[in-house]
Parts: sequence; structure tokens; C-alpha cells
Amino acid sequence: MVAPPLTALKHKHLLGIADLSAEEIVLVLDTAEAMKEVGKRTIKKVPTLRGRTVINLFFEPSTRTRTSFEIAEKRLSADTLNVAIASSSVVKGETLVDTAMNLEAMSPSMIVLRHSSSGACHLLARICKAAIVNAGDGMHEHPTQALLDAFTIRERKGRLKGLKVAIVGDLLHSRVLRSNVLLLTKLGAEVWVCAPATLIPPGMKQMGVRVTTRVDEAVEGADVIMMLRIQLERMQGGYFPSLREYFTTFGMTEARVKRAKPDAIIMHPGPINRGVEIASEVADGSASVILDQVANGVAVRMAVLYLLAGPQIDTD
Amino acid sequence: MKRLLKGGRVVDPANGKDGVFDVLIDGDRIADVGKDLKADGAEIVDVPAGLIVCPGFIDMHVHLREPGQEHKETVATGVASAVAGGFTAVACMPNTRPVNDNAGVTRLILQKAAEAGLARVYPIGAVSRGQKGEELADIAELKEAGCVAVTDDGLPVATAMLARRALEYTSMFDIPMIEHCEDQSLKGDGVAHEGAVAASLGLRGIPGVAEAITAGRDILLAEMTGGHVHIAHMSAWTTIEAVRQGKSRGVKVTCEVCPHHFTLTDDLLAAPIAYDTNTKMNPPLREARDRDAMIAGIVDGTVDAISTDHAPHHYDEKNVEFDRAPFGIVGLETAISITLDKLVHTGLIGVPRMVELMSVNPAKILHVPGGTLSPGEPADITILAPDLPVTIDKTKLVSKSKNTPFHGWSFKGGVAATIVGGKVVYVNPAVETGL
Repeated sequence: MVAPPLTALKHKHLLGIADLSAEEIVLVLDTAEAMKEVGKRTIKKVPTLRGRTVINLFFEPSTRTRTSFEIAEKRLSADTLNVAIASSSVVKGETLVDTAMNLEAMSPSMIVLRHSSSGACHLLARICKAAIVNAGDGMHEHPTQALLDAFTIRERKGRLKGLKVAIVGDLLHSRVLRSNVLLLTKLGAEVWVCAPATLIPPGMKQMGVRVTTRVDEAVEGADVIMMLRIQLERMQGGYFPSLREYFTTFGMTEARVKRAKPDAIIMHPGPINRGVEIASEVADGSASVILDQVANGVAVRMAVLYLLAGPQIDTD
Repeated sequence: MKRLLKGGRVVDPANGKDGVFDVLIDGDRIADVGKDLKADGAEIVDVPAGLIVCPGFIDMHVHLREPGQEHKETVATGVASAVAGGFTAVACMPNTRPVNDNAGVTRLILQKAAEAGLARVYPIGAVSRGQKGEELADIAELKEAGCVAVTDDGLPVATAMLARRALEYTSMFDIPMIEHCEDQSLKGDGVAHEGAVAASLGLRGIPGVAEAITAGRDILLAEMTGGHVHIAHMSAWTTIEAVRQGKSRGVKVTCEVCPHHFTLTDDLLAAPIAYDTNTKMNPPLREARDRDAMIAGIVDGTVDAISTDHAPHHYDEKNVEFDRAPFGIVGLETAISITLDKLVHTGLIGVPRMVELMSVNPAKILHVPGGTLSPGEPADITILAPDLPVTIDKTKLVSKSKNTPFHGWSFKGGVAATIVGGKVVYVNPAVETGL
């Protein structure tokens, strides 16, 4: 007997890719195809989440992700509001738990949380009735980013299985890396990760990826090159001597891209540091899909919100 | 007043005793231990078969939080927790507010302990003034006031030079320097053991060698100075290896392990409750290799003591993001059950070795009374109920704080009763003790 195709997520929350099966990931991607179509209409709005309240609770500055979620919510007709809290005021003021319980008291359907602490979404999920959507927690996961990356790859390549994906950059501190590795390996891609030895977390190999410190080896024959942002404070933290040396050793230049497949695509979750992890010629070149990622982010987040909202109640 | 405990299994390794004996208590002292003791006028207590009468257990590493953090624990609630956990004495760490770096704070703690009147309390003074790692605290004065050791616990002794001076200085008073081993530069902002689990949870790591490096430093300094270093709460296999090597060279080094480090691994950070802040302590839960090395050290004799590192924190302080939560768990009321279940009932060690680890050796290391039932010693007695089924319920803990990762765990073995100075200070209502 063949199991019926999946029509809903098996989880109330989206805390991380770690919780999702390959089947669920494909469901999100397929749903996002339909959502992308909504974005192409003149009237970019469907009534799916009408009457539902979604709170975007952001404890870290974010332009792209917050805007993307907000547009996704609005296109689904949700009542949406943004609560941005600077981390510094939290230190003096109320705890995350108290903030969450206060918001919870106003009965939102969903809370989209961005927070600098790994596991912050798990904490909220334990105390809130609302569905929690992880919009990035510390160095842990950023599941919607990985989903939109997968959507973009699938759109360009038609598949994920068997593709060589090279991820280059700060592996140690990156939540994008963790979510992408989990997702890509679940869907059968061959994942290579590359960074200076100081920025490779222990246990990386146990995540089912090939690890190298030689960028040429990572990029060789790749279908997808995914760059990760290098933050200035990493240099100050002594992980590498200078941004210049980082660029000469690990930066994605046109010469390095030539080692990849001729039709390889270049990805970056943004914001990009031109001349640090990626040369402008590469970021702006024809192989770059960086802005497609941004565009697809809306469709993927619509799909996630739609699938987490649960069955539509039809009172008639 | 005399009291005769008749018929229990008495385990007193210091006197080579393990068998059914009577224990005669006269006032606050042990009067005699032997077969069929006669004692006219003594209150007779028939100890049910199956219970084990031991010299009082001493937890040489607890945080009582007073003065300064009475919302977590006080001396009074701490000693109540201690006797409920079967401990007749505790040695308390100096990282109070203010720090126990002067005789005034030491006397305050002792006064609070005297008022509470349950377990004995042995204060431990700071190595450095304010635990700042700069200059030595007034160690002679601390010793005079009643401190039994010095440590900057919570932090390592900041520099090799300060550790050297402290070891030289403490050797004059025959007290150990207790070291919280942790290279601060390697620890950085770490909140969990550096390994695959922390990597997958996105938590900053503390490598095991951060502990072993400081242990290695201090063992070499103890060797050079002739001082006594005691390595607190070991968690990494490399640390125990350093201690083993030091001992084989005759260095005056002793060490302790906490129940959570010989029981749990960092897998507990991920499941069943991801990012449970009650799995966050310092040193952190490490890998199976480390946990197994602790057990091996306990079995082969390298480990001298089992301590709890009882570190109470208020619910509010733990009900936060993992990286913002304070390190530490309570341990006084779970240690005996865990040790009986995980070490004794598994056949890894016998009861005499358990008594060595939790009574004889802590008394020796800190040069405090007890650790034996020899006539003339204080009548400090821990009575074990080795087959008692125990399920840990954090809401029932006597400690003011409830931060335990063992909530809901079931163990075989527990405490029957605790006697301090001849006074019965705790009787477990779930056990028929005869008391």
C-alpha cells in the first residue's frame, strides 16, 4: 500500500530543519511553487490567513528576513505586527519568557522569532500555544533560509539529489550553514563545506558532509556555490589575521568559480561583504542567484505559514 | 544520653569493618562498635536488616549562597538539604557576595550553621582577595576563623604565579588549595562541552582540555612546591589522566567527581528537552569517553571523592535562554541515590569504596573530623537504604532551588537517616529505620 501524499506538516512549530522529514521539506517546496504564482498576480493577496494574527518578534536587527516574513504574511491576509526589541533593553527589562507570555495572552496564531540565543525558539515553543516559526536562533538554525535556498536550487537545477553543493565561509557561527547542511543532506545532495580550520565546528564530519580547508577542492565541479557571510568581529576574535588574507585565501573570485561546472549557480544568504567573501564580479555576475533567493524567500515563507496555520475552518 | 544502634550492616572502611555490628553512641560521640554490645540505660534502636550504617557522608563541594544570594539558598536551607540527602557535613565554596575572603564572612557562615544546627558546615576561603586573581587573601586569618581549604571556585586561580604562591602559602597550614580547572582563554564564551552535540545545537563550546591544562599546571606546581592541590569536579578524560600521572609521581594531588559527570553526557542537552538549562553546569556534561573515564577513575582508585557541586539557582534565573542561564545544578539530595544505583548496584564498586569516596577521603583531604566510626569520633552517621526505590521529584526537594536534571528519574537506593553529633537530624519517612 502506498502512503497518501503528505498534505500537512507533522509539527506544530518550525523550530529547525532537524525536525523535518525529506517528505515534509518537499511539501514546503511544492507549496511554495503555488505561492510564488500568487506573487506574480496584480493583486498579490489570498485570504488564506484572514483573521489570524502573526507577530514578528525580532530581537536582532534584520531587514531581509523580517521584511520577507511581513510581505508573506500580508499576501496571506494575516493581521501582522512587528515587535522589534533591541537586545540591550532586554538585559535591563523583562525576560524572553515574560515577553512571550504577554504576547501569548493576546492570542496570536503564530510568532515568528529571531533571537541571538540558540534554542530561544524551543523555549517559546514550550510555553506558547501559538505556532513558533524560527527566523534564526543564535548559531543554531535558520530553517526558512535553507528552505528558500533549496527552492532556488530546485528552480534552477530541477532537483537537489546528486548535486554537488559547496558551502564556503564561517561555518562555526552560521545558523544558515546548519540548516542548509541538514536540508541538503536529507534531500540527497553531496555537500562540501570549506572554511579556515579556525571556523570549522567540531563534529562537522558527523553531519554527513565533506570538509575541506582548500576552497579549490570544494568548488571543483560544483553545481552550486553557496557563500556565507564573514563578520568583521570574527577577525577581531582572532579566527583569521585579516579580511584581505581571508579574501585571497577563501574569497570567491571569478577564477575560482571557473573550477565549478559551467552552469554552476552562486548563492549567498546576504548581506554580502563585497571583496571579503565574494568578489563583486561574482556577486553581480550572470551565475549569481542572490536576488532570486530574496524573491523566493517570500513564497517559501508563505508556504511555511500556510502549512503551519493548520486546516482552514469552514463554518458553512 | 546513650543510644545503641543494633543489628545493621556497619561499613567503616577506616577500621576495616564490614559486617553486622552494634554502634553505641554516647552523647555526641561514638562510644563503641562491636558485636552484641551491652549498654545499660541506652535507648535501643533495632536497625532493620538491609540498612547500612556508615560514618557520616561529607560533601566537600557545595554552594550555600549565603551571604548575598539568599534567594537561591541559605545556610539553613542548604544544611536541611544536606541532611535530607544523607550528608552530615558540607564544605561550602567562597563565591558568596561578599566573597568569603576574610574572617568576618567565615564567622557569619559558621554562626548561621550553628543556628541551623543540622549538618556541620566547613567554610572554604578564597585563594585571592575578592576572587579577583590578583593578590592572596588573608589565608592564615581564614584558617584561624575556621576555613578548611582555599579556592577561587567558580573561576580557576588566575595565573600560574598566583597558584604557585597559594600552594606554597597553604602548605604552611596543611590545607589544600582546591582548583576549579578551566583555562579561561579556551573557555571563552562557551556554555557547553565542545563537541558534536554543541555544534549541532549551535552552542559555544568549552573543550575538555581547557580543564586538563589548568589541572596539569597545578599538578606541576604542587610537585614543585610540595603543596596539596585538590582538583574539583573533574569532567574530562584528559584531566583524570593528568591526575593519574601526578599521583604516580607522588605529587600531593587529590580529586573529586560529581554524580552528574559519571552518569550523564552532553546528549542530554539535545533530548528529551532541547536546551534544558538544568543540563547546563560548569564544567559541562561531556562525552561518553569522558563519563566512562570518570567511572574508570572511581573504580581504579584514582578518584578520591564524590562531591556534588551543589549549585542552587532560582527558577527565574534558569527559565531563560540557554546561553543566558547560570551554570549549575543542585546535587545534595540526589547524590546517594545516583551513586548507589549507578556504581554500587551495577557492581562497579562496593559499599566500602562508596564510603571511602563520600566520607573517609573527604575527611582526610580537608583534615576534618569524621570519616570513621572509631570510638571518640563525633557520632556523625549516615544510614543507607540501599534497595529503596527512589523517584526524584524536584518539587519535593528540601533545597530552596529545584534545578536538577534528574527530575523524574528513578533510582535504586536512598537515604534512611542522618545523625549528626548523636542527634537524629533526618529520618526518611519512606523507610522503616527503627529511629
